[in-house]
Amino acid sequence: MTSLILRTMVRLLLPLLLMFSVFLLLRGHNEPGGGFVGGLMAATGFALFSIAFGSETARRILRIDPLALIGVGLSLALLTGLITLGLNQPFLTGIWFKFPLGSFGKLELGTPLLFDLGVYLTVWGVTLTIVFALEEVK
Amino acid sequence: MEMVLPFVIGSLYAMAIYMLLRRSLVKLLIGLGLLSHASNLLIFTASGLTRFKAPVIPMTAEQLQSPHADPLPQALILTAIVISFGVTAFALALAYRAYRSVNTDDLDQMKSTDA
Amino acid sequence: MLIVAVISGFGLAFLAPTICRFAKQKSGWWLAILPVFLTLYFLTLLPGLASGQIPALSYEWSKELGLTFAFRADGLSLAFALLVSGIGALVAIYASGYFGNKAPIGRFYLWLFFFMASMLGVVFSDNLILLFVFWELTSLSSFMLIGFEQEREEARAAAIQALLVTGSGGLVMLAGFVLLGQIGGTLELSALLLKGESVSTHPLYLAVLILILIGAFTKSAQVPFHFWLPNAMQAPTPVSTYLHAATMVKAGVYLLARLSLVLGGSSFWFWAVGGIGALTMILGGYLAFSQTDLKRYLAYSTISALGSLVMAIGIGSETALKAMVLFLLAHGLYKGTLFLVTGAIDHECKTRDVRELGGLWRSMPYNAAGSTLAALSMAGVPLFFGFVAKEYLYEAAYKVGAFWISLAIIGALLNVFIAFRVGIEPFWLPSQIEVKPSKHVHEAPWSMRIGPLILGGLSLLLGLFPQILGRSIVSSALTAALGRPVEVKLAAWHGVNDIFLLSLLTLGLGVGLFAVRQDLQRIAEKVSLRWGLDGLYKRSLDFLFTLAGFQTRTLQHGYLRYYLITIIVAVVAITAGGLWRWGGGTLPYLSWDIYFYELGIAVIIVLSAFMATLSRSRLGAVAALGVAGYGVASIYLLFGAPDLAMTQFLIESLTVVLFVLAFYHLPNFAQLTPKRERLRDVFIALITGGLMTIFVFVASGIQIHPTISPFFVENSLPLAHGRNIVNVILVDFRGLDTLGEITVLAIAGLGVFALLKLRLDLRTAKGKKSAEEIAKGGDQ
Repeated sequence: MTSLILRTMVRLLLPLLLMFSVFLLLRGHNEPGGGFVGGLMAATGFALFSIAFGSETARRILRIDPLALIGVGLSLALLTGLITLGLNQPFLTGIWFKFPLGSFGKLELGTPLLFDLGVYLTVWGVTLTIVFALEEVK
Repeated sequence: MEMVLPFVIGSLYAMAIYMLLRRSLVKLLIGLGLLSHASNLLIFTASGLTRFKAPVIPMTAEQLQSPHADPLPQALILTAIVISFGVTAFALALAYRAYRSVNTDDLDQMKSTDA
Repeated sequence: MLIVAVISGFGLAFLAPTICRFAKQKSGWWLAILPVFLTLYFLTLLPGLASGQIPALSYEWSKELGLTFAFRADGLSLAFALLVSGIGALVAIYASGYFGNKAPIGRFYLWLFFFMASMLGVVFSDNLILLFVFWELTSLSSFMLIGFEQEREEARAAAIQALLVTGSGGLVMLAGFVLLGQIGGTLELSALLLKGESVSTHPLYLAVLILILIGAFTKSAQVPFHFWLPNAMQAPTPVSTYLHAATMVKAGVYLLARLSLVLGGSSFWFWAVGGIGALTMILGGYLAFSQTDLKRYLAYSTISALGSLVMAIGIGSETALKAMVLFLLAHGLYKGTLFLVTGAIDHECKTRDVRELGGLWRSMPYNAAGSTLAALSMAGVPLFFGFVAKEYLYEAAYKVGAFWISLAIIGALLNVFIAFRVGIEPFWLPSQIEVKPSKHVHEAPWSMRIGPLILGGLSLLLGLFPQILGRSIVSSALTAALGRPVEVKLAAWHGVNDIFLLSLLTLGLGVGLFAVRQDLQRIAEKVSLRWGLDGLYKRSLDFLFTLAGFQTRTLQHGYLRYYLITIIVAVVAITAGGLWRWGGGTLPYLSWDIYFYELGIAVIIVLSAFMATLSRSRLGAVAALGVAGYGVASIYLLFGAPDLAMTQFLIESLTVVLFVLAFYHLPNFAQLTPKRERLRDVFIALITGGLMTIFVFVASGIQIHPTISPFFVENSLPLAHGRNIVNVILVDFRGLDTLGEITVLAIAGLGVFALLKLRLDLRTAKGKKSAEEIAKGGDQ
């Protein structure tokens, strides 16, 4: 599993996959994509990396414990719902803000994006937790 | 395709169930995987098929043009796919743990709690 | 306020263990504050009742089911509630002396106050279902309290018996309640009470009556369900005093008195309630003869007293109900006293055998005083409260006929005998069997004197001045029970008349019986009869266990694949049945329009699934599974579901990775099942597959409910500002579902982590030697 070709490939692929996963997450509301696919894509990148370099290295590159990712993701999704609750609206109501960008049109940002980010982090964390755990079984 | 997919789904179910009835735990897990494919396809097919027209409103339009694929079953299946991944992973971990504890993956030998 | 009264009881119950931790031996005094306060509060409600103000309140629970949190405090409720809170306070004080610091009193007080609150709930409930809930809660707390000394086998058996008898009686009663609610059109008690006419003429009247009677009779230990009560004496004495003499066993009496307005009046009621009551009254007294244990004496005499209460309700005249209310209070007072005294004797002398006890008045003067007052009240000596109650009971029976008055006399006679044996003999007479005088016998602590003194004192005071009760509580209780205003005038002395002469006769005969008690005992021991359903109870319990063992062995055999086969066959049968009833109809028109590459993908899916099934190598099977998954993903891609396709591609890859990683640690495939079983499985699989094929054909052609998809399609952009409708559904319209889903996913991830990692960490943390031990112990 430690072939040079795989290692070189993975080293190139990981940043690409990560960037692509963020791209998928951000476009998800208007084009195919979203938190689920994005999270899986990011996790796949790290899964490949850990197969090539071992989970130790993968964990070091990731810096954050995947379990923490799960926690952050879930809390973020939950908080998104609580924000609207604080504004006296039903749980998880979407709130939108519009920023005009001159000739580029306008940028729409809303709480659903935050929610999707929560999904993204959770899926990423869960998948990596599983992959790392299975890999580290002695 | 509406004439073909029911047969595909039926065969997937048949093979999934055959695998579920094996005594080997790992075979059962493969059966579980086939079962989730079958069920997802079932939902997908039962709600009607439309070629290529994704339920995405084009940037230039304000409304989705008919005909288009039904978004609701897609949302259902999307979650089902991810959940079944979680289930498979959990089942694998369980199988591993069970194998380490009782030293067999024969389900018949796992039938009592006091191994 | 009423609801606060009930809830505060539960609150105190849950606080009790903590309070006990701080107050230690004094906790009884502190904990009694609430019941004392409640007693005072209930007393303040009495004057209002006379002027027709009945406190009531109601909160909605489930409107569709007719359930409400409805509470109401009329005279009948308050008569019982005063007994519950008043005796509750004294028992709470008494118990801290009784247990000292030997028992886990926190747990005791928890269930004691839990019971008190539930019992208040029973008497204040104005909704049948609410009443039932509290009713069962009293059974539950009784179970916990009888089994309080859980290390003793007999205590546990008695607890289970009491729970099973009263609990199943309660279930039968619930059926009666539901029927009654159906007939009367409401579950509100106060509304039902106005519908007596329509209920008693209904064809289901008899069914309702019998069902409810079974509930009341089990709770109040009437023949033939009386056998649980003597066994319940396994409970600590404070519990026997409170639950099994003064309050809980009276719940059945309360229910009968409460419902007599709706269900009473018929001749069946008269004979069933009156007859069973009379039978219980006499049998209870008779069974007491062969006893020597003070507590069992009291248990049987309680059964007898409950019998007379029920008999009075069965007779149902105004005098009878007046007698019922008076006797209820009188019995609560004197029987409470005698139980408490018995507990004190047991506590000091370490025995409850009446033959070994005697001359205790010297060492235990306070308890002797309380006990004597109570015994005289129980025996019905003039000027005591028990006398007043008995006079009315005689009068009521006298009016019905000679048969009933003679029954009443026999019942009372036996009670005179018991009163002297339990309340007088241990204190004032020498013991039958000479035991070496115990040096340590001395008076019980104050906490154990106050109860007998107050209750015994009240037995005399209320006998002298019964009108204290008459104006307030008795008249309003009667008003409630009879449904019309009743004025009650009670007097301690009615002059010399037939009834009084009968009372004297009873007393004389009773004392006579007491004089020859030793001969009686010898006779009774020879002809000791075992009455009741105790044996049947034991046999049916054995049968239940055998049946449970049999069905567990048959159904819970432990073979996963047979469970699966059961499930699959059931699903197939039900689905096939549904399709059969649908009858084929016209299959929808399905287009034959198909592209060759689509056909190719279909073929690839089927073939690779087939490979996954047949492959003898694990890697081959997993690879084939992956290919099938890619095939499915391609179908998603071709039919307008790019999100699904992307997800499926990624998941499929990751699944294969997981399988491969796990395979390092798992054994190879093995052929485990014989050929015959494999053929059977193939058969089941083919049938299911075929059925599913038909099912898909049918399902894609019919739309039973209107689809909700157009809502999402139309509102995605204007409401949720998103163009990818699938994503909008996931993160906005059905965001809550997605939140749930990622939570499940997170749990699965944590589960995997726990299964795979935590044991490893345990090993590394515990050092090498223990790691080997764990490996030896855990992995074989």
